[in-house]
Amino acid sequence: MWRLFLSRFLENRLALLSAIFLFSLFIISIFAPWLSPYDPFKIDVNAILMPPSPSHPLGTDMLGRDVLSRLIFGARISLKVGFVAVGIATIIGTILGAIAGYYGGAVDAIIMRFVDIMLCFPSFFLILAVIAFLEPSIWNIMVVIGLTSWMGVTRLVRAEFLSLKERDFVLAARALGASDMRIIFKHIMPNAMAPVLVSATLGIPGAILTEAALSFLGIGVQLPTPSWGNMLTAGKDNLEIAWWLSLFPGLAILLTVLAYNLLGEGIQDALNIRIE
Amino acid sequence: MIPLLLGITIISFAVIHLAPGSPAEMATLLNPKTSPDLQLKLRKLYGLDKPLYIQYWLWLKRLSHLDFGISFSPDRRPVLEKIAERIPITLTINVLSMFLILIVAIPLGVVSAVHHKSIFDRISTIFVFIGYATPGFWLALLLMMLFGIKLGWLPLSGLKSLDHASLSPLQKILDYSKHLILPVFVSAFGGLAGLSRYVRANMLEVIKQDYILTARAKGLPERVVIYQHALKNALLPVITILGLSVPGLIGGSVIFESIFAIPGMGQLFYASVMARDYPVIMGCLVIGAVLTLLGNLIADIGYALADPRIRVG
Repeated sequence: MWRLFLSRFLENRLALLSAIFLFSLFIISIFAPWLSPYDPFKIDVNAILMPPSPSHPLGTDMLGRDVLSRLIFGARISLKVGFVAVGIATIIGTILGAIAGYYGGAVDAIIMRFVDIMLCFPSFFLILAVIAFLEPSIWNIMVVIGLTSWMGVTRLVRAEFLSLKERDFVLAARALGASDMRIIFKHIMPNAMAPVLVSATLGIPGAILTEAALSFLGIGVQLPTPSWGNMLTAGKDNLEIAWWLSLFPGLAILLTVLAYNLLGEGIQDALNIRIE
Repeated sequence: MIPLLLGITIISFAVIHLAPGSPAEMATLLNPKTSPDLQLKLRKLYGLDKPLYIQYWLWLKRLSHLDFGISFSPDRRPVLEKIAERIPITLTINVLSMFLILIVAIPLGVVSAVHHKSIFDRISTIFVFIGYATPGFWLALLLMMLFGIKLGWLPLSGLKSLDHASLSPLQKILDYSKHLILPVFVSAFGGLAGLSRYVRANMLEVIKQDYILTARAKGLPERVVIYQHALKNALLPVITILGLSVPGLIGGSVIFESIFAIPGMGQLFYASVMARDYPVIMGCLVIGAVLTLLGNLIADIGYALADPRIRVG
């Protein structure tokens, strides 16, 4: 099955390209201290708001810091947020969805009501309220985004469990005396993971965009730590004189989000599944 | 719907009141002359000295006759009044952007699907993917740079010009619309890409159905087959999607209203969060959730009206 998946995936040039792009981005952010041309925190009063030039390929900001270097370090934040926030959401969603789908009845009703309630919040309002109250740190942001975005996975996993639990292999496992935990995690879960993988990949862009928006509003990643979102705040403040401060961080967000979306689509097509 | 709303209020109340940093601390933090005594008085004034469940009960009792309480901010105005003067602005922008999404996304999606794999389809697919990945607030910055600064065609922020009061009624409307163009376009942009993709996928699915084959076999002209038989069925789920997009639009208003300095509900919410103005935060969350529920309800009704299968089944 993996071979079939791989051969189908490799045929999809856009998805492959996206995977390569994201992989390079990971490498770049891991080796950021060695790859960035300047120290991203170093203030240089002689190079304030310089337009792109050979010495500063993407220009400098209002404190004379090199934009390219800050962009490279900012990649760390975006990639980390994508993974951790979606990881949290996926774990919560998978467990709740499995319990709801497997046991049904009152447990199912309570969990799904809770999902309905959470879906009714304008989620950005809720995230904003919580983040603003907590100490603004990257970990808090990731946890809060994760805690407010698990509902889709729950529905997905529940639907998978509803149909899988009726299958013969589950009956066989039960006849052999397997415990509920064993049936859920050993027998059903592996068969339900494919759509979860797709929805996780497609969920990462949302988390990245949310972090960027929070940092842009000034309640996300705090200066001087560079994130693509808070770099855009500098762009907004210097909108009339420094176009490069707005253009490049946004472009970085766009390309990363685009790559994740195309990758998710590619995996989805290669696995031949559809999720709404 | 009522239990749902109750659940929403319980979660909001718990999250907001349990989070660190109380309004009493905030108000006294920067003032060197404060004493523990003053903090205590403030807590009493705000009603924060009672146990949480009693605070919630009192809040709920007041809510039952639509009293959202009084703002903690120095103006001490009723929350409902504060929200009521902001909400029309946010709703206008959201309704206009929803309208824009509909009139652009549906034709785009339909034409792409009908001419599947044509050049138009490919270009619009690329556009949709890029649009889907574009951070709205970044697009806002770029457009402000282009139309506001470089070309000077559109105002950068606010809802009206400084000389607004002296304008004739017609000019006033023109002034408002000039200020609204960028915010409406930007807040519509993300949804536009999403919806047109959705319409395209639906249309492709519908065209494969047997009843389309039947219509073609009857010898109906292609135009009738596509725009009467297929289109109706492909557009049905769009009603639901529109209902579901309400929370996103309301949440997004925080960002756009802050960029364009528009005095709407999003801006009020942001300011209240920063000031720990609990009653206003609770009011905004509850009203946001009610709007979402209303959106879903309208979508359900619309769906039932449009699709006889729902009514009968």
